Amino acid sequence: MSLFEHNNNKYKVIGKDIKRIDALEKVKGTALYAADLYMDGMLYGGNVRIKEYPAKVTKIDTSLAKAIPGVVEIITCFDSRAKKHSWADYCYMTDEVKFCGDVVAIIAAESKKVLDQAIKSIKVEYELQKGVYTVEDALKEDAPIIREKGVGLVDGLPSREKKGNIFIDSYYPVRKGDVVEGFKNCDVIIEREYNVPFIDQAYIETEACLVYCDPKDGSITGESSAQNPFFTRRYLAEASGNTMSESRLIQRTLGGSFGGKEEGVGVQIGRAAILHKATGRPIKMVNSREESLMDSSKRHPFNFKYKIGATKEGKVLALEATLIDNCGAYNNQTQFMNWRSSVHSAGVYEIPNVKTDTFGVFTNNVHGGAMRGYSSPQVIFAQEQLMNELAKELGMDNVELRRKNIIRQNSRTATNQLITEEVILEEMMDELLNRSNYYNKKNEYEEFNKNSKSFKKGISLVTCFRGAGLGAEGIDANGAFVQATEDGSVIISTGLAENGQGLQTAFAQIAAEPLGITIDKIHFHSVDTHAIADSGMTVASRGTTMGAQSMKKAAERLALIIKEHVAKKFCTTVDKIDCKDNYYYVVDENFPSNYSNEKKVAFKDICNERMWGGEQLAVYEWFKPELNDYNHHTGQGKAFPTYTYNVCIAEVEVDINIGSVNVTKVTSGLDCGTVINPNTVRGQMFGGIVMGLGYAITEEIELNKGRILNDNFDSYILPTSMDIPEMDLVLFESITKEGTFGAKSVGEPSTEAVGAAIAGAVSHALNKNVDHLPCSLESILKYMD
Amino acid sequence: MKIQLNTTINDLLVSVEIEQDARLLDVLRDNLGLLGTKEGCGVGECGACTVIINGKTANSCITLAASMEDCDIKTIEYLSKDGELHPMQESFIDNSALQCGFCTPGFVLSGISLLERNPKATTEEIKEGLSGNICRCTGYEQIIKAVEDVRDKKYNKDGASNE
Repeated sequence: MSLFEHNNNKYKVIGKDIKRIDALEKVKGTALYAADLYMDGMLYGGNVRIKEYPAKVTKIDTSLAKAIPGVVEIITCFDSRAKKHSWADYCYMTDEVKFCGDVVAIIAAESKKVLDQAIKSIKVEYELQKGVYTVEDALKEDAPIIREKGVGLVDGLPSREKKGNIFIDSYYPVRKGDVVEGFKNCDVIIEREYNVPFIDQAYIETEACLVYCDPKDGSITGESSAQNPFFTRRYLAEASGNTMSESRLIQRTLGGSFGGKEEGVGVQIGRAAILHKATGRPIKMVNSREESLMDSSKRHPFNFKYKIGATKEGKVLALEATLIDNCGAYNNQTQFMNWRSSVHSAGVYEIPNVKTDTFGVFTNNVHGGAMRGYSSPQVIFAQEQLMNELAKELGMDNVELRRKNIIRQNSRTATNQLITEEVILEEMMDELLNRSNYYNKKNEYEEFNKNSKSFKKGISLVTCFRGAGLGAEGIDANGAFVQATEDGSVIISTGLAENGQGLQTAFAQIAAEPLGITIDKIHFHSVDTHAIADSGMTVASRGTTMGAQSMKKAAERLALIIKEHVAKKFCTTVDKIDCKDNYYYVVDENFPSNYSNEKKVAFKDICNERMWGGEQLAVYEWFKPELNDYNHHTGQGKAFPTYTYNVCIAEVEVDINIGSVNVTKVTSGLDCGTVINPNTVRGQMFGGIVMGLGYAITEEIELNKGRILNDNFDSYILPTSMDIPEMDLVLFESITKEGTFGAKSVGEPSTEAVGAAIAGAVSHALNKNVDHLPCSLESILKYMD
Repeated sequence: MKIQLNTTINDLLVSVEIEQDARLLDVLRDNLGLLGTKEGCGVGECGACTVIINGKTANSCITLAASMEDCDIKTIEYLSKDGELHPMQESFIDNSALQCGFCTPGFVLSGISLLERNPKATTEEIKEGLSGNICRCTGYEQIIKAVEDVRDKKYNKDGASNE
């Protein structure tokens, strides 16, 4: 059995419930977030927007605003000091407004109150243009072209030969086998269409920054709520005109991100830098919730068209699909994200013939970006609902259909990657079926539904897998710095960032393990771009599995240096030295775990000796994984070094008179390889389930001609403590040679199956094909019509 | 227009000049530097700005500061003003009841307040008592457990675990 064992003694600190090292300041309320920064002479920066889009701005009248005492600076998009386009597609300011987040002027004022007055006093004249808001309209032959770089469809596929609204860089085909031949041999073929909406990351901290000049050397400093400090530094350097070496980005404690604090915080810090350059004073910018919803990226909506065929025994032979996502007006994510969508477009199944096409379409909406899963919650919803429909058509049990087709060791994925590692998916399915009492409940619910007029119950299982880290999307390289000090305490730092997920604690455990020191000796220095090198972005659930590889390497090398020192001291060899609990000792061959002998020395004493002896006490290491052999034109090859596997069972009770869905229980099983910190993994899984619940039932950005109608938490409804189901979590540990200490991804896998499982359970309850999310009151009532 | 507000915050008598229309949240943060009280939504939905006013929790983002004359206001900073943690804070740490931490001060205060009103609160009553606070990270489970542990007196007065 591969269940995670709590009392596994393989490691000293890995796999143990170490308390979060950043918890104390968070419970005391003393953790400093970007909006908590104040500085003498500081001004408040803000943005002027219009309420209809697309539009061409013709005139901006600032005279009333300028007359307000306390207004220090106004820069409009017509100002010679205005910087318009950023390096990453989005605009700092523009007179060609394409979506609700576009800014036409920025203001700096002495107080928030004056700033608000000034924003309201700006008069903007504009000519409204014809917009496009849905994928369907954007693909019409006569649709207005939103972006110069957009291309059209030729024979149903994106082509540079024609103008249109397709974002060509986000197009990824997958071609495996021959679907025409495959479908010929199928006894059953079905076609289904699925749709999902824009939703928001809805981190509780809105985007914030403070930009100021370092009086020592004139370099510009930005302190920000940035998920990816190095990514944000690019905007700071660009907007200020400074070199990167004279642009410093400090990440403050981050109040949640889930993929959202990337481009939004980038353009924000750029705007603050422009105001700082103009005024010479520190600029603080904090988004209101309404601004956060307008300006930040969203989870992409998708339109899925799937065709799948199987033999009457339930072996799936062919799958064909088109996955089209709504990019919004600007985009710097879909061209990466859709690769992941394409790799996972056929689910966790071994299907010999696969043909899928994934591409994004520009519209005049808020932009799609990263949100926990990076397309997987959408794709898994469609893919797993499709499997349920296929099972129904075959007259086969949902789980049995999956059992016949799931990826196992030595299977080939849709990208034709041979899975050589251990796969325990079937074992996980059986464990969860058993724990949740799945089949008894299924029968019980079906009996209940026969007699119940107002309430219907349902249960559903979904399975999926997720490529860990960046895979062939990018290069998963990273660096880490470990420095011991003379008192035996250790400072660790890396280019990857704590975003609330528990990275600091996991990295501290990973450094403590080889060093043989206790967690309380470790201080994690959060990202300051002047103090550590770029390690790429903290995305793709790569932090622990790939990003900590360099931390492990650096800690191991420092441990070796210390061991050499100790070996010399005791006139022995390095292989005879071990360490734990802040001591290094000569291993007594008769009592290998005993270190209470004479031949031991405290870590702090060695550090002290080395410091005064002028010996090395710090190590910087770099990790670069081997590159994946992947062909992006055919979508064939090795996509990821390793995969996290996931099984999720949801149970629901639906009130069909009012349309409400009550999720009663979620049983979630995750094979995330080695568990670094069980409580952190559980925290991710609990949070992932509840976020998935929101996706399934309540969350949707409501739009009218690109304008966001539900722009705060009174109308954009998030789950509360009253809405949570009973949650049963099961951790599995399969063996992988990839990943730091064999750890795989956790953050995104924790949420990606949940929406699909709930939708499946609602389908079971209603005996309908739930074909869109969320399962809102209105949509449930529609299914029942 | 500016007015003078005289009130008690964290057991200290405070006299502060404020804007007549200022929110309590802004006075706490901008005028008094009590930064543990956070702004998440500004409309009284998320509870990140929770404070305790005369023994009851309130959203300081929708509370007019000028109405706080002669009140007893407690913020998250009150709990550890003597250098020690409140049992609820200990319990949050031990139960991993926080991730990004932005909502945590609000949840800690709501947890304390609900147990003061109802020391034997059932799990359902705890969920209801916390429902004015939104957490996007934790899925609430470990927060509920943290409050249950305090209810079950797993922490004694000096904050150490009895287990």
